[in-house]
Amino acid sequence: MLIWVIRRDLLLAMRRQADVLTTLFFFVIVVSLFPLGIGPEMNILRIMAPGVVWVAALLASMLSLGRMFSNDYLDGTLEQILLSPTSLSVLVLGKMFAHWLITGVPLVLMAPVLGIQYDLPSSALIVLALSLLIGTPILSLIGGIGAALTLGLRGGGVLVSLLVLPLYIPVLIFGAGAVEASTAGLGVDAHFSLLGAFLLVSLVLAPWATAASLRVSME
Amino acid sequence: MLQGNNLECVRGDRVLFSGINFSIKPGELMQVRGPNGSGKTSLLRMLCGLAVPNSGKVSWNGANIRSISEEYCGVITYLGHMSGIKDELTAIENLRIASALSGVEVDEKRACEALHQMGLIERENLFTKLLSQGQKRRVSLARLLLVRTQLWILDEPLTALDVSAIELMKNILERYLAQGGMVVLTTHQEIDVSAAVTHQLYLS
Repeated sequence: MLIWVIRRDLLLAMRRQADVLTTLFFFVIVVSLFPLGIGPEMNILRIMAPGVVWVAALLASMLSLGRMFSNDYLDGTLEQILLSPTSLSVLVLGKMFAHWLITGVPLVLMAPVLGIQYDLPSSALIVLALSLLIGTPILSLIGGIGAALTLGLRGGGVLVSLLVLPLYIPVLIFGAGAVEASTAGLGVDAHFSLLGAFLLVSLVLAPWATAASLRVSME
Repeated sequence: MLQGNNLECVRGDRVLFSGINFSIKPGELMQVRGPNGSGKTSLLRMLCGLAVPNSGKVSWNGANIRSISEEYCGVITYLGHMSGIKDELTAIENLRIASALSGVEVDEKRACEALHQMGLIERENLFTKLLSQGQKRRVSLARLLLVRTQLWILDEPLTALDVSAIELMKNILERYLAQGGMVVLTTHQEIDVSAAVTHQLYLS
Protein backbone atom coordinates (compact mmCIF):
# COMPACT_ATOMS: atom_id res chain seq x y z
CA MET A 1 0.00 0.00 0.00
CA LEU A 2 2.85 2.29 0.99
CA ILE A 3 4.50 1.43 -2.32
CA TRP A 4 1.40 2.51 -4.25
CA VAL A 5 1.32 5.91 -2.59
CA ILE A 6 5.01 6.49 -3.24
CA ARG A 7 4.76 5.26 -6.83
CA ARG A 8 1.76 7.46 -7.48
CA ASP A 9 3.40 10.60 -6.13
CA LEU A 10 6.59 9.93 -8.08
CA LEU A 11 4.60 9.31 -11.24
CA LEU A 12 2.72 12.58 -10.75
CA ALA A 13 5.99 14.40 -10.13
CA MET A 14 7.42 12.95 -13.37
CA ARG A 15 4.43 14.30 -15.26
CA ARG A 16 4.55 17.72 -13.59
CA GLN A 17 8.26 18.28 -13.85
CA ALA A 18 7.94 22.04 -13.58
CA ASP A 19 7.02 21.67 -9.91
CA VAL A 20 10.12 19.63 -9.14
CA LEU A 21 12.47 21.84 -11.13
CA THR A 22 11.18 25.04 -9.51
CA THR A 23 12.34 23.84 -6.11
CA LEU A 24 15.75 22.79 -7.39
CA PHE A 25 16.36 25.98 -9.38
CA PHE A 26 15.28 28.11 -6.46
CA PHE A 27 17.92 26.38 -4.36
CA VAL A 28 20.60 26.72 -7.04
CA ILE A 29 19.90 30.40 -7.64
CA VAL A 30 19.68 31.45 -3.98
CA VAL A 31 22.94 29.68 -3.17
CA SER A 32 24.66 31.19 -6.24
CA LEU A 33 23.52 34.75 -5.51
CA PHE A 34 25.66 35.11 -2.40
CA PRO A 35 29.09 34.61 -4.01
CA LEU A 36 28.05 37.01 -6.78
CA GLY A 37 26.92 39.64 -4.28
CA ILE A 38 29.89 39.35 -1.95
CA GLY A 39 32.64 38.97 -4.51
CA PRO A 40 35.71 36.75 -4.41
CA GLU A 41 36.38 37.10 -0.67
CA MET A 42 37.25 33.45 -0.14
CA ASN A 43 37.61 33.64 3.63
CA ILE A 44 34.21 35.26 4.12
CA LEU A 45 32.56 32.87 1.66
CA ARG A 46 34.05 29.83 3.35
CA ILE A 47 32.66 30.97 6.71
CA MET A 48 29.22 31.75 5.26
CA ALA A 49 28.83 28.65 3.12
CA PRO A 50 27.21 26.19 5.57
CA GLY A 51 24.62 28.70 6.78
CA VAL A 52 23.72 29.93 3.31
CA VAL A 53 23.35 26.45 1.80
CA TRP A 54 21.30 25.23 4.73
CA VAL A 55 18.99 28.27 4.81
CA ALA A 56 18.46 27.93 1.05
CA ALA A 57 17.63 24.24 1.56
CA LEU A 58 15.07 25.09 4.26
CA LEU A 59 13.38 27.66 2.05
CA ALA A 60 13.43 25.43 -1.03
CA SER A 61 11.92 22.55 0.92
CA MET A 62 9.25 24.86 2.31
CA LEU A 63 8.41 26.19 -1.12
CA SER A 64 7.09 22.80 -2.14
CA LEU A 65 5.20 22.02 1.07
CA GLY A 66 1.97 23.54 -0.18
CA ARG A 67 1.74 20.88 -2.85
CA MET A 68 2.16 17.94 -0.48
CA PHE A 69 -1.58 17.63 0.20
CA SER A 70 -3.36 20.48 -1.58
CA ASN A 71 -3.71 18.82 -4.99
CA ASP A 72 -5.11 15.68 -3.40
CA TYR A 73 -7.40 17.84 -1.29
CA LEU A 74 -8.79 19.69 -4.29
CA ASP A 75 -9.56 16.67 -6.45
CA GLY A 76 -10.98 14.50 -3.68
CA THR A 77 -8.16 11.94 -3.53
CA LEU A 78 -7.46 12.95 0.05
CA GLU A 79 -10.95 11.80 1.08
CA GLN A 80 -10.17 8.42 -0.42
CA ILE A 81 -6.84 8.31 1.41
CA LEU A 82 -8.62 9.09 4.69
CA LEU A 83 -11.13 6.32 4.00
CA SER A 84 -8.50 3.77 3.12
CA PRO A 85 -8.46 0.68 5.34
CA THR A 86 -4.69 1.12 5.67
CA SER A 87 -3.55 3.22 8.61
CA LEU A 88 -3.51 6.89 7.67
CA SER A 89 -0.13 7.44 9.35
CA VAL A 90 1.45 4.86 7.06
CA LEU A 91 0.00 6.47 3.94
CA VAL A 92 1.10 9.90 5.17
CA LEU A 93 4.60 8.54 5.75
CA GLY A 94 4.58 7.35 2.14
CA LYS A 95 3.63 10.80 0.92
CA MET A 96 6.37 12.37 3.05
CA PHE A 97 8.93 9.93 1.71
CA ALA A 98 7.87 10.74 -1.85
CA HIS A 99 8.12 14.45 -1.06
CA TRP A 100 11.66 13.91 0.18
CA LEU A 101 12.63 11.91 -2.91
CA ILE A 102 11.26 14.67 -5.14
CA THR A 103 12.53 17.74 -3.31
CA GLY A 104 15.15 16.62 -0.78
CA VAL A 105 17.33 14.25 -2.79
CA PRO A 106 18.02 16.72 -5.62
CA LEU A 107 19.21 19.24 -3.02
CA VAL A 108 21.55 16.67 -1.46
CA LEU A 109 23.03 15.87 -4.86
CA MET A 110 23.35 19.47 -5.94
CA ALA A 111 24.78 20.91 -2.69
CA PRO A 112 28.40 19.69 -3.14
CA VAL A 113 28.54 21.22 -6.62
CA LEU A 114 27.26 24.54 -5.31
CA GLY A 115 29.64 24.35 -2.36
CA ILE A 116 32.57 24.65 -4.76
CA GLN A 117 31.59 28.28 -5.35
CA TYR A 118 32.34 28.90 -1.69
CA ASP A 119 35.78 27.31 -1.90
CA LEU A 120 34.88 24.62 0.61
CA PRO A 121 37.46 21.85 0.97
CA SER A 122 36.35 18.45 -0.31
CA SER A 123 36.03 17.01 3.21
CA ALA A 124 33.59 19.81 4.08
CA LEU A 125 31.64 19.20 0.87
CA ILE A 126 31.14 15.58 1.85
CA VAL A 127 30.01 16.61 5.35
CA LEU A 128 27.63 19.16 3.77
CA ALA A 129 26.02 16.52 1.56
CA LEU A 130 25.79 14.05 4.45
CA SER A 131 24.25 16.61 6.79
CA LEU A 132 21.65 17.41 4.12
CA LEU A 133 21.06 13.70 3.58
CA ILE A 134 20.10 13.29 7.25
CA GLY A 135 18.50 16.73 7.55
CA THR A 136 16.24 17.04 4.51
CA PRO A 137 13.97 14.10 5.48
CA ILE A 138 13.33 15.93 8.77
CA LEU A 139 12.25 18.98 6.76
CA SER A 140 9.73 16.89 4.79
CA LEU A 141 8.47 15.19 7.95
CA ILE A 142 8.00 18.34 10.01
CA GLY A 143 6.78 20.29 6.99
CA GLY A 144 4.03 17.72 6.48
CA ILE A 145 2.48 18.69 9.81
CA GLY A 146 2.35 22.35 8.76
CA ALA A 147 1.01 21.49 5.32
CA ALA A 148 -1.76 19.38 6.85
CA LEU A 149 -2.72 22.04 9.41
CA THR A 150 -2.99 24.83 6.83
CA LEU A 151 -4.83 22.71 4.26
CA GLY A 152 -7.62 24.60 2.56
CA LEU A 153 -6.93 27.86 4.39
CA ARG A 154 -6.59 31.15 2.58
CA GLY A 155 -3.03 32.41 2.75
CA GLY A 156 -1.92 28.97 3.85
CA GLY A 157 1.45 29.49 2.18
CA VAL A 158 2.49 32.29 4.52
CA LEU A 159 1.02 30.58 7.54
CA VAL A 160 2.88 27.37 6.84
CA SER A 161 6.20 29.24 6.87
CA LEU A 162 5.35 30.84 10.21
CA LEU A 163 4.41 27.46 11.63
CA VAL A 164 7.19 25.38 10.23
CA LEU A 165 10.30 27.60 10.07
CA PRO A 166 10.70 27.87 13.87
CA LEU A 167 10.59 24.07 14.03
CA TYR A 168 13.33 23.87 11.41
CA ILE A 169 15.75 25.89 13.58
CA PRO A 170 17.36 22.94 15.42
CA VAL A 171 17.97 21.18 12.10
CA LEU A 172 19.55 24.35 10.72
CA ILE A 173 21.81 24.81 13.74
CA PHE A 174 23.16 21.28 13.79
CA GLY A 175 23.21 20.82 10.02
CA ALA A 176 25.21 23.97 9.40
CA GLY A 177 27.15 23.30 12.62
CA ALA A 178 28.40 19.99 11.28
CA VAL A 179 29.94 21.65 8.23
CA GLU A 180 31.47 24.45 10.32
CA ALA A 181 32.98 21.90 12.68
CA SER A 182 34.44 20.04 9.75
CA THR A 183 36.06 23.17 8.24
CA ALA A 184 37.42 24.04 11.70
CA GLY A 185 38.97 20.58 11.88
CA LEU A 186 36.76 19.37 14.73
CA GLY A 187 34.81 16.12 14.88
CA VAL A 188 31.34 16.02 13.35
CA ASP A 189 30.02 12.97 15.21
CA ALA A 190 28.10 14.94 17.80
CA HIS A 191 26.27 17.01 15.19
CA PHE A 192 25.41 13.96 13.14
CA SER A 193 24.18 12.06 16.20
CA LEU A 194 21.87 14.92 17.10
CA LEU A 195 20.57 15.22 13.54
CA GLY A 196 20.00 11.46 13.53
CA ALA A 197 18.10 11.75 16.80
CA PHE A 198 15.90 14.50 15.35
CA LEU A 199 15.25 12.30 12.33
CA LEU A 200 14.18 9.36 14.47
CA VAL A 201 11.93 11.47 16.69
CA SER A 202 10.24 13.14 13.74
CA LEU A 203 9.92 9.79 11.94
CA VAL A 204 7.89 8.52 14.88
CA LEU A 205 5.86 11.62 15.69
CA ALA A 206 5.35 13.53 12.42
CA PRO A 207 3.23 10.97 10.47
CA TRP A 208 0.97 10.55 13.46
CA ALA A 209 0.61 14.32 14.02
CA THR A 210 0.04 14.89 10.32
CA ALA A 211 -2.63 12.21 10.16
CA ALA A 212 -4.44 13.83 13.09
CA SER A 213 -4.17 17.28 11.47
CA LEU A 214 -5.53 15.95 8.18
CA ARG A 215 -8.57 14.50 9.92
CA VAL A 216 -9.23 17.86 11.55
CA SER A 217 -8.70 19.77 8.29
CA MET A 218 -11.07 17.50 6.39
CA GLU A 219 -14.02 17.80 8.75
CA MET B 1 -26.33 -3.19 9.26
CA LEU B 2 -25.88 0.55 9.14
CA GLN B 3 -27.80 2.63 11.65
CA GLY B 4 -28.13 6.34 12.19
CA ASN B 5 -29.40 7.49 15.57
CA ASN B 6 -30.69 10.99 16.04
CA LEU B 7 -28.15 12.56 13.70
CA GLU B 8 -27.80 16.30 13.73
CA CYS B 9 -25.74 18.63 11.57
CA VAL B 10 -25.16 22.30 12.37
CA ARG B 11 -23.44 24.72 10.00
CA GLY B 12 -22.68 28.04 11.64
CA ASP B 13 -25.83 28.78 13.66
CA ARG B 14 -28.13 27.04 11.20
CA VAL B 15 -29.38 23.55 11.89
CA LEU B 16 -29.25 21.69 8.57
CA PHE B 17 -31.01 18.63 9.87
CA SER B 18 -31.69 16.97 13.19
CA GLY B 19 -33.31 13.87 14.54
CA ILE B 20 -32.43 11.69 11.55
CA ASN B 21 -32.96 8.00 12.24
CA PHE B 22 -32.65 5.10 9.84
CA SER B 23 -31.35 1.59 9.57
CA ILE B 24 -30.25 -0.22 6.44
CA LYS B 25 -29.92 -3.99 6.19
CA PRO B 26 -28.19 -6.06 3.49
CA GLY B 27 -29.96 -5.75 0.15
CA GLU B 28 -31.55 -2.42 1.04
CA LEU B 29 -31.22 0.94 -0.62
CA MET B 30 -31.57 4.37 0.93
CA GLN B 31 -32.15 7.36 -1.31
CA VAL B 32 -31.43 10.71 0.29
CA ARG B 33 -33.39 13.53 -1.29
CA GLY B 34 -33.68 17.22 -0.73
CA PRO B 35 -33.04 20.59 -2.33
CA ASN B 36 -29.54 22.07 -2.76
CA GLY B 37 -28.01 22.97 0.57
CA SER B 38 -30.23 20.68 2.59
CA GLY B 39 -27.26 18.70 3.92
CA LYS B 40 -27.19 15.61 1.71
CA THR B 41 -23.44 15.67 1.27
CA SER B 42 -22.92 16.49 4.96
CA LEU B 43 -25.03 13.48 5.90
CA LEU B 44 -23.10 11.19 3.56
CA ARG B 45 -19.78 12.44 4.90
CA MET B 46 -21.03 11.61 8.40
CA LEU B 47 -22.01 8.13 7.30
CA CYS B 48 -18.53 7.39 6.03
CA GLY B 49 -16.82 8.92 9.05
CA LEU B 50 -15.24 11.95 7.35
CA ALA B 51 -17.36 14.30 9.44
CA VAL B 52 -18.52 13.97 13.04
CA PRO B 53 -22.23 14.45 13.73
CA ASN B 54 -23.01 17.36 16.06
CA SER B 55 -25.10 14.92 18.00
CA GLY B 56 -26.22 11.35 17.59
CA LYS B 57 -24.15 8.50 16.22
CA VAL B 58 -23.68 6.29 13.22
CA SER B 59 -23.23 2.62 13.98
CA TRP B 60 -22.18 -0.35 11.92
CA ASN B 61 -23.44 -3.74 13.22
CA GLY B 62 -24.07 -2.06 16.56
CA ALA B 63 -20.63 -0.48 17.04
CA ASN B 64 -20.05 3.25 16.72
CA ILE B 65 -18.05 3.84 13.53
CA ARG B 66 -15.70 6.20 15.39
CA SER B 67 -14.45 3.32 17.48
CA ILE B 68 -13.94 0.90 14.58
CA SER B 69 -12.81 3.39 11.97
CA GLU B 70 -10.15 1.30 10.17
CA GLU B 71 -12.29 -1.81 10.12
CA TYR B 72 -15.26 0.25 8.92
CA CYS B 73 -13.21 1.82 6.13
CA GLY B 74 -12.57 -1.70 4.86
CA VAL B 75 -16.28 -2.41 4.34
CA ILE B 76 -17.42 0.83 2.70
CA THR B 77 -16.82 2.51 -0.63
CA TYR B 78 -17.45 6.23 -0.79
CA LEU B 79 -17.70 8.16 -4.02
CA GLY B 80 -17.86 11.87 -3.35
CA HIS B 81 -18.68 14.94 -5.36
CA MET B 82 -15.08 15.24 -6.36
CA SER B 83 -14.09 12.23 -8.35
CA GLY B 84 -10.57 11.73 -7.01
CA ILE B 85 -9.33 11.44 -10.58
CA LYS B 86 -5.87 12.80 -11.37
CA ASP B 87 -5.63 14.56 -14.71
CA GLU B 88 -2.00 13.59 -15.19
CA LEU B 89 -2.64 9.86 -14.87
CA THR B 90 -4.23 7.55 -17.41
CA ALA B 91 -7.61 5.94 -16.78
CA ILE B 92 -5.97 2.62 -15.91
CA GLU B 93 -3.46 4.20 -13.53
CA ASN B 94 -6.21 6.17 -11.83
CA LEU B 95 -8.34 3.08 -11.38
CA ARG B 96 -5.51 0.85 -10.16
CA ILE B 97 -4.34 3.44 -7.65
CA ALA B 98 -7.86 4.17 -6.39
CA SER B 99 -8.47 0.44 -5.93
CA ALA B 100 -5.15 -0.04 -4.18
CA LEU B 101 -6.05 2.76 -1.76
CA SER B 102 -9.30 0.93 -1.05
CA GLY B 103 -7.25 -2.13 -0.18
CA VAL B 104 -7.61 -4.15 -3.39
CA GLU B 105 -4.68 -4.51 -5.74
CA VAL B 106 -5.75 -5.19 -9.31
CA ASP B 107 -3.62 -5.97 -12.32
CA GLU B 108 -3.79 -4.08 -15.56
CA LYS B 109 -6.00 -6.67 -17.27
CA ARG B 110 -8.62 -6.62 -14.55
CA ALA B 111 -8.68 -2.80 -14.50
CA CYS B 112 -9.03 -2.77 -18.27
CA GLU B 113 -12.03 -5.12 -18.09
CA ALA B 114 -13.72 -2.90 -15.53
CA LEU B 115 -13.25 0.16 -17.74
CA HIS B 116 -14.69 -1.77 -20.70
CA GLN B 117 -17.68 -2.72 -18.61
CA MET B 118 -18.19 0.96 -17.84
CA GLY B 119 -18.16 1.65 -21.55
CA LEU B 120 -14.69 3.16 -21.79
CA ILE B 121 -13.17 1.34 -24.70
CA GLU B 122 -9.84 2.37 -26.22
CA ARG B 123 -9.58 5.22 -23.72
CA GLU B 124 -7.69 3.21 -21.08
CA ASN B 125 -4.30 4.68 -21.81
CA LEU B 126 -5.34 8.28 -22.38
CA PHE B 127 -4.53 10.88 -19.78
CA THR B 128 -7.78 11.63 -18.01
CA LYS B 129 -7.43 15.34 -18.69
CA LEU B 130 -8.33 14.41 -22.28
CA LEU B 131 -11.56 12.72 -21.18
CA SER B 132 -14.95 14.40 -20.83
CA GLN B 133 -16.63 14.91 -17.45
CA GLY B 134 -18.89 11.94 -18.07
CA GLN B 135 -15.99 9.71 -19.01
CA LYS B 136 -14.07 10.76 -15.90
CA ARG B 137 -17.13 9.89 -13.83
CA ARG B 138 -17.16 6.45 -15.49
CA VAL B 139 -13.52 5.96 -14.49
CA SER B 140 -14.33 6.67 -10.85
CA LEU B 141 -17.43 4.48 -10.96
CA ALA B 142 -15.39 1.58 -12.38
CA ARG B 143 -13.88 1.20 -8.92
CA LEU B 144 -17.24 -0.11 -7.72
CA LEU B 145 -16.77 -3.12 -10.01
CA LEU B 146 -13.36 -3.99 -8.57
CA VAL B 147 -13.68 -3.35 -4.87
CA ARG B 148 -15.92 -5.78 -3.00
CA THR B 149 -17.32 -3.92 -0.03
CA GLN B 150 -20.59 -4.29 1.86
CA LEU B 151 -21.79 -0.70 1.73
CA TRP B 152 -21.65 1.87 -1.03
CA ILE B 153 -22.10 5.53 -0.16
CA LEU B 154 -22.59 7.40 -3.42
CA ASP B 155 -22.90 11.17 -3.60
CA GLU B 156 -24.47 12.20 -6.90
CA PRO B 157 -22.97 9.30 -8.85
CA LEU B 158 -25.02 10.07 -11.94
CA THR B 159 -23.83 13.64 -12.51
CA ALA B 160 -22.60 14.15 -16.09
CA LEU B 161 -23.56 10.62 -17.14
CA ASP B 162 -25.50 10.02 -20.35
CA VAL B 163 -28.67 7.91 -20.62
CA SER B 164 -26.88 4.68 -21.46
CA ALA B 165 -24.45 5.10 -18.56
CA ILE B 166 -27.32 5.77 -16.15
CA GLU B 167 -28.95 2.55 -17.35
CA LEU B 168 -25.64 0.74 -16.82
CA MET B 169 -25.33 2.19 -13.33
CA LYS B 170 -28.88 1.11 -12.50
CA ASN B 171 -28.00 -2.47 -13.51
CA ILE B 172 -24.82 -2.40 -11.46
CA LEU B 173 -26.72 -1.13 -8.41
CA GLU B 174 -29.48 -3.72 -8.80
CA ARG B 175 -27.00 -6.57 -9.18
CA TYR B 176 -25.10 -5.38 -6.12
CA LEU B 177 -28.27 -5.05 -4.03
CA ALA B 178 -29.43 -8.50 -5.13
CA GLN B 179 -26.11 -9.90 -3.88
CA GLY B 180 -26.81 -8.40 -0.44
CA GLY B 181 -25.02 -5.08 -0.75
CA MET B 182 -26.23 -1.89 0.92
CA VAL B 183 -26.42 1.41 -0.90
CA VAL B 184 -26.88 4.98 0.28
CA LEU B 185 -27.43 7.27 -2.67
CA THR B 186 -28.15 10.90 -3.37
CA THR B 187 -29.26 11.98 -6.79
CA HIS B 188 -31.29 14.65 -8.48
CA GLN B 189 -31.99 12.45 -11.48
CA GLU B 190 -34.88 10.02 -11.38
CA ILE B 191 -33.47 6.53 -11.19
CA ASP B 192 -35.70 3.59 -10.55
CA VAL B 193 -33.54 1.01 -8.82
CA SER B 194 -35.43 -2.03 -7.61
CA ALA B 195 -34.30 -3.25 -4.22
CA ALA B 196 -35.71 -5.52 -1.51
CA VAL B 197 -36.51 -2.40 0.50
CA THR B 198 -36.03 1.20 -0.61
CA HIS B 199 -35.91 3.81 2.13
CA GLN B 200 -36.54 7.41 1.17
CA LEU B 201 -35.02 10.06 3.37
CA TYR B 202 -36.15 13.65 2.77
CA LEU B 203 -34.05 16.50 4.07
CA SER B 204 -35.59 19.94 3.93
